[in-house]
Formats: sequence, structure tokens, C-alpha cells
Amino acid sequence: MQNVTTLPARNPAPAGRVVEGTARVKSNDIVTGDYRLMVLDAPREMLDCRAGQFFHLLCPVLGGFEPFLRRPMSIYGFDAEAGELRFLYKVTGEGTGALALLRAGDDLNLLGPLGNGFTIREDWRNLLLVARGVGLATLAPLAMAAREAGCNLTAICSARAKNLLMSVEEFRATGAEVIAVTDEDGTSSVEALREVIEGRIAEGGIDAMYTCGSNRILTLLQDIGARHGIPGEIALEQQMACGLGMCHCCVRSFRRGGAIVHERVCREGPVFSIQEAMGW
Amino acid sequence: MVNLTTRIGTMTLKNPIMPASGTFSEELADVFDLDCLGAHVTKTITREIRGGNPTPRVCEVQAGMLNSIGIPSKGLEYFKTSILPHYADYETPLVVSISANDADSFARLCADVTLPGVAAIEVNISCPNIEEDGKAFAMRPRTTGEVMTKLRAATDLPLWAKLTPNTGETVEVAQAAEEAGADALVVSNTLLAMAIDVRTRRPKLGNLMGGLSGPSIKPIALRMTYQCAKAVNIPIIGCGGISEVEDVLEFLIAGASAVQVGTATFINPTVMPRLIDGLAAYMHHAGIASIPDLVGSVRDEEAADGVVFMEAAL
Repeated sequence: MQNVTTLPARNPAPAGRVVEGTARVKSNDIVTGDYRLMVLDAPREMLDCRAGQFFHLLCPVLGGFEPFLRRPMSIYGFDAEAGELRFLYKVTGEGTGALALLRAGDDLNLLGPLGNGFTIREDWRNLLLVARGVGLATLAPLAMAAREAGCNLTAICSARAKNLLMSVEEFRATGAEVIAVTDEDGTSSVEALREVIEGRIAEGGIDAMYTCGSNRILTLLQDIGARHGIPGEIALEQQMACGLGMCHCCVRSFRRGGAIVHERVCREGPVFSIQEAMGW
Repeated sequence: MVNLTTRIGTMTLKNPIMPASGTFSEELADVFDLDCLGAHVTKTITREIRGGNPTPRVCEVQAGMLNSIGIPSKGLEYFKTSILPHYADYETPLVVSISANDADSFARLCADVTLPGVAAIEVNISCPNIEEDGKAFAMRPRTTGEVMTKLRAATDLPLWAKLTPNTGETVEVAQAAEEAGADALVVSNTLLAMAIDVRTRRPKLGNLMGGLSGPSIKPIALRMTYQCAKAVNIPIIGCGGISEVEDVLEFLIAGASAVQVGTATFINPTVMPRLIDGLAAYMHHAGIASIPDLVGSVRDEEAADGVVFMEAAL
């Protein structure tokens, strides 16, 4: 009966842009506190990624953790030439708890890349990103995309404390200007952020704004965006089952055309218009 | 080469593997070629546009998940103009799952989806979310018979009745569906369940209760498949927790002529093509030439007294 329980591998669909496959863990180390960085040696066909997209990870049953469903995780970094895929995550539950136990040489099954990435319109020159905590990880690949598009990027990075500021090096490495604000310095309040952003708008203008991870920042950018007519995008999270758009588990509400509409974060998102997004 | 074809009434499927309604849509074509499947089964369609339930809509439990998605539907017109044309490109037959809140509107919808390009209609008379506290037609033989009689009169297409495990009258409900003209039974839908977060003391689903699916319900669905196969003369399509080739074999041996795969696709989106290949490989190695050699081949002769006892215990 040995062959009964083994599922043979099948050639992937020829036209499928979404790949289900295995990547090998190169490293999976603590960055700071509960945050970990996992670097994977991933097959090339998985690495045609866009900033803002995500993968659906089959977290292992390991060390007492028994995750059942896959876990969606935004891409922290990808490098097709080096065959590398990176995730920055906070260990919070069953899925990430199991993920944290993976060691170099272990295999991890992934599905992706999934969803729609951030937009950088051709006529945009000055981009602003404002994000907080682990939300900064989702925006890290945007710095590379901004450079490739020939745009200037200002990154306002917010966290409770300095050691929790994510992605700052990634942003600096691409030539972005980084403004770090923290709760411990008293520089991260909404009013302080508003002053900095309004200052930038007055100086040279901002063509588009991007954010992830904070309700307060979303509200602030909605207000500033509406006032100055600046478009923006937000990457949103929601609990998911299939990750492909089949189960309709990950819907969120959006304001559109005077009505409230529901959209799937996995399929229509995870990147949405800042003005249409609703707080949580 | 083994023969994987199976017959569901007048339909011949190229293999016995198909998706369960609600766990499949055209988006899965991003991952593999959907023409390898025995049938395509749509998410349940309602006539009106429905938004679905509040989030969270799913939660994990041991060896399974609960869902209270609540049948979000873009309505009948969207089905006709957008979903149906999409499946015209496939050779695999399309089974349309439908539901409604009362028998007469159910029958009208059944007539309205009797369209070219639709091979069969699966009537979801069992979804635990659509009515208050999960009450559904298929919980009782009388309501099953009434709705199935009206549905039968509304279409000439093969009619598959999807049963519920939320009943103490599995056999009577199955017989009522058969008597009213069902061409096949899908056994079964999710089991009404609940989970609570002990720290917040809040139910884990936005809708308080939801349907349990995944490996944890497999023995229940298998028991029902066995009971139904013994009690009716129409084909059974097994459904509930199937994720391995051995699960497929169990349902076929219990009496199912085909199976539906649901939750397993969420975990492993390529599970259905892998089950098809795995089933063929198993049959080849075991010297089984065709699916009918497996269907209903359970060796239960010596356990007949036990079966009577268990029926009484229900």
C-alpha cells in the first residue's frame, strides 16, 4: 500500500503564472525581538514577483504547532538572479511559530506569487511611503521598484522603538531618503507625521503615497490625499483560506462610488486604493 | 493502462475526481489545467446578489476548518454572462450548484440554469448557513421530498442532491431524494460546528456557527456514503475530508461512484490532479482495471448484525 499514500508529482500547468512548489531554507534568524528573517533558495519560476505581492506558505507541523491552513505572507525581498526569496515575519501564532522552527536545509512549500502589486505610474516622480512596524516589511520591495522606475522615494518609517524599525537599510541601499520616527522619541504621533508630510508637499510635491500596517496612518493619508488630490495605495491583510480567490474568506469592505463594496484581499488586492480602503 | 472513467447516471466522467462546490472557481486555472478533472462544480449560485457573512469567515480546528462564508453570490445574471462562458472552453462537464430560500424559488432558479453548457445541476439543499441556525431542506425526509419534487419538474438535466450530515435521518432523506427523482446524491456537505477563543470568550467565526470540513469529518461522510449506497439505487458522489488517494479508495469501496475534493484544495491547490495520477498508479499496481471494480466492494457481509445495531443507535 506504499504507493497509496504518496502523491506523485505532476508537471506544473504550462500557462499557470502561480506556482506551487518547494523552496529550501538558507537561513531563518532572529532580527530583533519576535521578528525573524527567512531567506529561501527558491525556484526561478516563483520569482517573477512584484512589490506588494504575497506567497501562501504551507507552514510545517512541527514542535507542537499544528497549522492546518496555509499562511499568507507578503514578500520582503526577491532576487531572480540569485534565486532568492525573503520573508520578514513576527512570530505570533500557530503558523509563524512553526515557521520559526525551520532551519537551513529544510524545505518549505509555497504557493505564489499571488495578488496585485503596487502601481507606479509612469508620470510619477516623487513617491512617499509611510508605514509602521512589520508593515514596513511589505513596503521594502517598493524601494527597489521605485529606483527601477527612476523615482525619488521618501520613506517615513515608524515603530515603537528604534530596534523595531524594519527595512531601513533596504530603503537606504536603494537611495531612498529615510525619516525614522519612534514612540520612544515622541516623533511618531499623527500630528508630527502630518507636519513632516505637509512639509514635503509644500517643498516639492508628492505624486503618490504608499502605506501598510497602521490604521492611524491610513486615516492620516486619506485626509492628506483628499486635501491635496494625491493618489495612494495600501497593502491590506486579512485571514485567508485558499489565497487564490475561490473561498471568499478574505473579503474586506471598501468605499466605491458612494456604496460599500466587498473585495477579496487575495485576488483584487492585497494592494488597494488608500481612498477606498476602510479602517479596522 | 487502467480505465478511470465512471458513470453518474447518463453522464460518463473521465475520472472520479471533481471539486466540491465552494472550493473551486476559474481562478484555479492559474495553477493547473482544469481539463484534467472529472467534472467542474461551481460555487453555489443564488438568483439574487448576496454579500455573504461577516468576517472572520473561517477558522482552524484540529484536522479541519470551520467556515461561515454565507454563499456570497453575484447572482444569476452574472453567472449567465460571466461564469458560464468561461467554462465553454473546457471539455470537462460543468455542474452548476444552486440554492434558494424556499422550494418554489429554488425550482424557478433550477429552470433558469437549465442552459446549454450546463451538464448537471447540483442542488444545495443542505448548506448550513443559508437559513437561521443552519436549518436546511435536507435535514428531514418530508422537506427533502417536497423540494426535490419541484426541482425535478423544473429541469430535464441530471439533478444531484447535496445532502447534509446535520440530520438523524440520513437513510430516509436519501430515499426521499431518490423517490422525488434525484439522479445522484452528493454525500455530504459540512457539519454544523462552533469554536470559541477562550481568551476573548468570543466565537471564532463572525457568524457564531459554521460548517466543519477537512479530514476530521471524513469518517462521518464515509459512514453516510455507505448508508446511502446501501439504501438507494442512484449513484453516490462522496464528499468530506478527502485529501489522499487512500481516502478516495475508501469512499469508492464504501459505494461512491465518484468523489468531490474540497478543503484539501485550500491546503494544496494541485491535490486534485495528484489524486487522479495517484489513483491511476494505485490501480495499475493493484491490478484493478476499472473504477466499477472498486465501487461498493466493501466486505461487510460478516458485519450485518452490527449494521442493524448501529442503525438502531442512530
